[in-house]
Amino acid sequence: MLELKNICTYYGNIQALHDISLKIEEGDIITLIGANGAGKSTTLMSISGIIPPRTGEILFKGQPIHNLSPDKIVALGICQVPEGRHIFPDLTVAENLDMGAFLRKDKEQTTKDLDYIYDLFPILKDRRNQPGGNLSGGEQQMLAISRALMAKPQLLLLDEPSMGLAPLVTRQIFDIIKKINREHNTTIFLVEQNANLALKVADRGYVLETGRITLHDKASTLLADEDVQKAYLGI
Amino acid sequence: MISFKDIQKGLLVSLWFVFLTFPLMVIKVNPIERVITWRWQNMGWVALGSFCYYLATKIYKARKLARQQQIKLGLIKERVDWGQRLLSERKIYLPVLIVVGLGFLIFPLVLSTYQTNIMVTALMYVVLGLGLNIVVGVAGLLDLGYVAFYAVGAYSYALLNMHYGLGFWTVLPIGGLLAASFGILLGFPVLRLRGDYLAIVTLGFGEIIRLILENWNSFSHGPSGISNIPRPGFLGLHLSLGHSITYMYYLMILMVLFTIFVVNRLQNSRIGRAWFALREDEIACQAMGIDKTRTKLTAFALGATWAGMVGVIFAAKTTFVNPASFTFLESAIILCIVVLGGMGSIIGVIVAALILILMPEYLRAFSDYRMLVFGAVLVIMMVFRPQGIIANVRRTYKIPDAIKPKLSRK
Repeated sequence: MLELKNICTYYGNIQALHDISLKIEEGDIITLIGANGAGKSTTLMSISGIIPPRTGEILFKGQPIHNLSPDKIVALGICQVPEGRHIFPDLTVAENLDMGAFLRKDKEQTTKDLDYIYDLFPILKDRRNQPGGNLSGGEQQMLAISRALMAKPQLLLLDEPSMGLAPLVTRQIFDIIKKINREHNTTIFLVEQNANLALKVADRGYVLETGRITLHDKASTLLADEDVQKAYLGI
Repeated sequence: MISFKDIQKGLLVSLWFVFLTFPLMVIKVNPIERVITWRWQNMGWVALGSFCYYLATKIYKARKLARQQQIKLGLIKERVDWGQRLLSERKIYLPVLIVVGLGFLIFPLVLSTYQTNIMVTALMYVVLGLGLNIVVGVAGLLDLGYVAFYAVGAYSYALLNMHYGLGFWTVLPIGGLLAASFGILLGFPVLRLRGDYLAIVTLGFGEIIRLILENWNSFSHGPSGISNIPRPGFLGLHLSLGHSITYMYYLMILMVLFTIFVVNRLQNSRIGRAWFALREDEIACQAMGIDKTRTKLTAFALGATWAGMVGVIFAAKTTFVNPASFTFLESAIILCIVVLGGMGSIIGVIVAALILILMPEYLRAFSDYRMLVFGAVLVIMMVFRPQGIIANVRRTYKIPDAIKPKLSRK
């Protein structure tokens, strides 16, 4: 579904990604794990076109997308949940969700999807008239994911959904991620520091180190891999 | 409520103010007669004024704190803001609206030409404020060069009329369109900037336009300006000066209504929501598929359109334009209108424009102190009502339980 071919991304003169290549098949949950500053978020930003790669190719369903502007990429069905949630603090929960459906014109289906979201996260329904900034961290993460789902993406890019959340809330969020993947057949590309949890949910995993992909394999194999265990799982 | 310590501190504050204003308020040098007049009584007034002001703010703050505590304890209910109440309760706002509407309707019939003339100016600033409100209040782009678009409108009427003899009604849309294209022209390079940087560049743009008009003699007749611009015609009739002003007055009323209608529709539209969202979080906007550049450009262009149209009206009203009318001070006044009224609030901007433009006219006696009062009013506003005279209330969606669609899935 999505293929990255030798992506190199720069911040000014500093190269953040070195020849990243990865492949995401339809219906999969793929995870990208790595330490701080490895380039995980940059990879996502490159895919969404917010920080476009300098060289290399990104193909979505065989079509090159690395030259498109961010809004065109979203229109194709790739939606990102940015790191640190980035909800709109002064808009209400309902309006936040409304912004997610910004590019959609099918009103009826949108209302149906809104019901589905409220079904998925009942707390959002209770709080739909409150400003987004009043929600707790976990609720904000739910809102950010829901907002992205309102765009009806085929590929959902999640950037550290566990950041700053209590373990119990994290588990709840991950359950939802699995549910979304199963029920909607939404392909998910998950970037995480919590390698243990991410690898348990994912089908396949990539390990990123200082801008280079050093390992990629089935998630279960990675979970059992000695180097990975030492470096990321703290076992 | 006021302790001895407060009074002590108040005295210190007034002493400081006396010291600060001493050269300005007390010493008066007459260079011709070479004498210095010492106006000691002014010192007393400054001391008394600042002391009273200090105590007043202290009392206000103490009362506010006490009320908040009472609300917390559940002793009294939170008071609804009067601005909000005015807008939300039909029983209150309907009669107010009717009275104000009627007042505006008969205004030129009962009052003199002079009064009408002032009111036309005030209404022009209402439209300018509403236009800038799109850019600053709604989209959150700080534009300090708004007057440039106003100048573009005014000069487009002056020049098109001088060279091609085009009439007011033809130029009105042309002026708007020209200003909009200038907005886009300015927008393209500067929209990658944010906050302070954007403000500085727009400020520079405003000055560039003014300097071009001032120095390009063959194009704009330089500082001497262009005169003999015709007033708008009314079905080809020749109007006397008084009638012509009355006619302009009603024209402006229509213009204001039209602006309110458009701005209101815009704010509740798809693009309006995109503006609000863009003001709050740019990264999230991009992740949601909002075209950042296009959304900002529309805000700039739409804001500029109103400035351009008012510029045309301005040229027609004064029958004379020169670059001195388009200084940075104009931009600052329009920005003050938006900030004072409440960012993003339509009714607030209208009220603020009327206050800020009419007040100096009626207080001619104090015209020497105009800027002083202006500054003081702004500072006091920021202390007591930082959200503006009438803060913006965003429309919220309320879904009644009865018509909520049933959840049916799985």
